[in-house]
Amino acid sequence: MDNFLTLLDGFATAAQPIYLLYALVGVFVGTAVGVLPGIGPAMTVALLMPLTYSIEPTAALIVFAGIYYGGMYGGSTTSILLNTPGEAASVITTLEGNAMARAGRGTAALATAAIGSFVAGTLATMALTFLAPTAAELAVKLGPVDYVALMVLAFLTVGALLGSSITRGLSSLALGLFLGLVGVDAISGQQRYTLGVPALTDGIDVVLVAVAVFAVGEALYVGSLLRRGPIQVIPVTKGWRTWMTRSDWRRSVFPWLRGTAIGFPIGTIPAGGADVATFLSYAGERRLAKGEARRQFGHGAIEGVAGPEAANNAAAAGVLVPLLTLGIPTSATAAVMLAAFQRYNIAPGPLLFENESALVWALIASLYIGNLMLLVLNLPLVGIWVKILQIPRHYMYAGILTFAAMGAFAVNFRQDDVLILLAIGLLGFFMRRYGYPVAPLVIGLILGPIFEAQLRRALSISQGDWATLVQSPFAVTVYSVLVVIFALSLVLRRRARKLEKVLVHEQKEQMVPTTVGEDR
Amino acid sequence: MTVVAGYVPNPLGEAVLDAAIEQARFRGTNVVVVNTTRADRLVDPRYAQGEPLELMKRRLDESGVQYAVRHFTSTDTAAEDLLQVAQEVTADLVVIGVRHRTPVGKLLLGSTAQSVLLQAQCPVLAVKHG
Repeated sequence: MDNFLTLLDGFATAAQPIYLLYALVGVFVGTAVGVLPGIGPAMTVALLMPLTYSIEPTAALIVFAGIYYGGMYGGSTTSILLNTPGEAASVITTLEGNAMARAGRGTAALATAAIGSFVAGTLATMALTFLAPTAAELAVKLGPVDYVALMVLAFLTVGALLGSSITRGLSSLALGLFLGLVGVDAISGQQRYTLGVPALTDGIDVVLVAVAVFAVGEALYVGSLLRRGPIQVIPVTKGWRTWMTRSDWRRSVFPWLRGTAIGFPIGTIPAGGADVATFLSYAGERRLAKGEARRQFGHGAIEGVAGPEAANNAAAAGVLVPLLTLGIPTSATAAVMLAAFQRYNIAPGPLLFENESALVWALIASLYIGNLMLLVLNLPLVGIWVKILQIPRHYMYAGILTFAAMGAFAVNFRQDDVLILLAIGLLGFFMRRYGYPVAPLVIGLILGPIFEAQLRRALSISQGDWATLVQSPFAVTVYSVLVVIFALSLVLRRRARKLEKVLVHEQKEQMVPTTVGEDR
Repeated sequence: MTVVAGYVPNPLGEAVLDAAIEQARFRGTNVVVVNTTRADRLVDPRYAQGEPLELMKRRLDESGVQYAVRHFTSTDTAAEDLLQVAQEVTADLVVIGVRHRTPVGKLLLGSTAQSVLLQAQCPVLAVKHG
């Protein structure tokens, strides 16, 4: 009951007009970037990091959480109307969503995605409300050894599950860990990997790297393909009021609930974030569908939109549990949000709920409010989101680069940082170009120093005995879970590939020859 | 000897197409329909694709005039593409659509119609919608 009262206090804070305004800004920006392919919530939060200089922590975190949730909503719009996922977690939505739009049922698809996201977001936020304080209480009892185990779990799952191949994910993670080593060693005071360059003695700022790989790398990548992008047709969605029919509702409700049930737990354990959840939900709905609905799969089954969209929003809320209670981010956006916490000298972790209780509960309350705003924003404003896609890319990316350079300069007010930004941005471009995921790099960079500190603490307690790492029961459990997750993920991956093959095959059969203009 | 039409997939573009077909019949020539994009944005509503493109071709088929469709991606602006095609086929008439613009809109985005009107080597027929 105690938590409930503090949550009400949180609502009292979050419902102040100024915070409502911040939440609105956050969800609005978040939806916009979610709609735009290539620009995601992680990049946006990184670009907006200079905000942390001028506004107080609660406001900034409300904005960032709004962007995070908004991104999940926005992605579905592009998936459905353009057959191009706005962000990774909406890839699955394109399968059924675009088929529905082509069949003239785009409005129903958009509605079930938006309402499903709302239902799942709200339910998952409730789960977060009740689970997080309990998890925090447990987390207080964890020692350095247990943290080391948890972080090994996070490293390996994030490295292995984000992106297309395990090797690439782990190389990207290793690069992040290495970048995290640059600077002065906290214990001995020695300089590590600074190459005698004064600008590197303080280490490389996380924000700098996040902006570089997400914004600069992506901008360069898009620049390299400027006129190659195929332009898609939007099936016109007229009669926006003609929403969902009674049978659409009936067919959507259970996929929403199942999607939530799948998404939230997957979000809380570090298992690759929302993408895995959407895939599992889609596969599940496909199997559960009977009769008419089953035949519709691949041709616009509403269940195939409702389930995955609910799952990705539930997973987004789930990711906040380890972030807030353990300080361990399991998605790129969570990693950048952790950086925001660090800028305010707030350490997310078991003590967060005690030391910063007002802030945490205001943040959680703002999630409920943000969800409601997103529902209201998304349904009638779909026309605006589609307009955003007509912005010429060079204007958009020129703006992003300017913002990125300004943000990099604002980190420490040093010109050197802008040069570092460009160097890492170039690295980000090549990673993008050759299919290396950048999220593990950012997560490695953020968690690396924390991991090192905990590891050294554990080893100095045990006086250098490495066996201590497997002597705590909690740590042993975590390592066994890790083995199970890996075994499961291999199975899932194989199944995902099989399903993908089937789907690609089906799509090929459906493909209508389109007129291609001569290219000059 | 050709009529060149600057086409966009909306009512104004349809009006242009009507006028171009009428002119081609009147002059006894063929029509070259131009529709291009710079492909610099994800969605370009002025680039005909899929169904609108098929509909346009069907209308031209039904009209009975000889026609060609120049439908491509280029780095130039729409006006430049149109003028270039007009020069290439030695057009004797260019048909374009004109619409209301706010002063600010004109300042920011320039005017395709204005460049065509001022730079074309042949008479230009400006069509309004509605």
